[in-house]
Amino acid sequence: MKRILAFLPLLVAVVFGGFFLWGLNPDRDPNEVPSVLIAQPAPDFDLEPVVGVETPGLSRSNLVGTETAVILNVFASWCVPCRAEHAVLTSLAERDGIRLFGINYKDEPEDAARWLTELGNPYARIGSDISGRAGIEWGISGVPETFIVSSDGTVLYRHVGPVVGEVAVGKFREALVQAGALLREDL
Amino acid sequence: MLRLFVLLFAMAIPMAALAVEPDEMLDDPVLEARAREVSKGLRCVVCLNQDIDSSNAGVARDLRLLVRERIVAGDSNDEALAFIRARYGDYVLLKPPLNTRTYVLWFAPPAMLVMALGVGLATLLRRRKKPDPRALSDAEEHEIKQFIDDQQAGENI
Repeated sequence: MKRILAFLPLLVAVVFGGFFLWGLNPDRDPNEVPSVLIAQPAPDFDLEPVVGVETPGLSRSNLVGTETAVILNVFASWCVPCRAEHAVLTSLAERDGIRLFGINYKDEPEDAARWLTELGNPYARIGSDISGRAGIEWGISGVPETFIVSSDGTVLYRHVGPVVGEVAVGKFREALVQAGALLREDL
Repeated sequence: MLRLFVLLFAMAIPMAALAVEPDEMLDDPVLEARAREVSKGLRCVVCLNQDIDSSNAGVARDLRLLVRERIVAGDSNDEALAFIRARYGDYVLLKPPLNTRTYVLWFAPPAMLVMALGVGLATLLRRRKKPDPRALSDAEEHEIKQFIDDQQAGENI
């Protein structure tokens, strides 16, 4: 018994040390808000198209029964990082042929239309979420956020912030491969 | 000293200022008070360590409006809270709920306290029980008695 007790301080040190190691890991982002949506059916929402943009509107029914997994991007013309990730999303839609849907979050339709004219419009559908209510249904904390939704309307992946940079794009493409929207050879 | 306290108190007042804007407030003071009660338990998902009542973030404002909308629609406080929790998860609650994932969080501190008290008590008890090394053993007592007896016997001669 005495001998076991002698190891107790070591055990305590190991447990605490392990916890500190986990806490100090630079890859861990304590600000990350975990999503409750992962592996859940996409929330219910129904959005009108952006006024002045040809692209049709977006609702939950558009996410169910698609051929392959789709990307749902929440963006706004006033959001600077959205501008940065626009090229990445455009490439995924046009080069890799993945269906890209958009939610235009709390944006003036004219601003959104101008933004899409200037940068190009890779979206197959865009819903105009002026009140931000659809954003709450999706549990977003800000823009941009990007989701991967499977063909039966299940949310598979969520990326908070712009999909830019090697690491983020790599992770996102890997998630697309796992969702079956992208071939592994194209990774 | 009192003056210092008054100063500190005065400095703390602006900190407690709410971000709730007049146009968000409900006309019915009872419902508004309930909305405040619910908001107090909701975390702003942008600024993380603020409740939504004290945050100026856009999402916090949306959540405040949503809470009021649910309350006006006839939800109880718990239902309004559950509505938002269904969308943002347990994370949105400032006070973590008690469930299998949070047992460690809730029970580790009292468990550690009990363990520390146990160790402390055991140490104290052991220290008290330890026989006094200055006291003599029975054999020694006996020997001394013998010695004294012998001495007395010797004097009497």
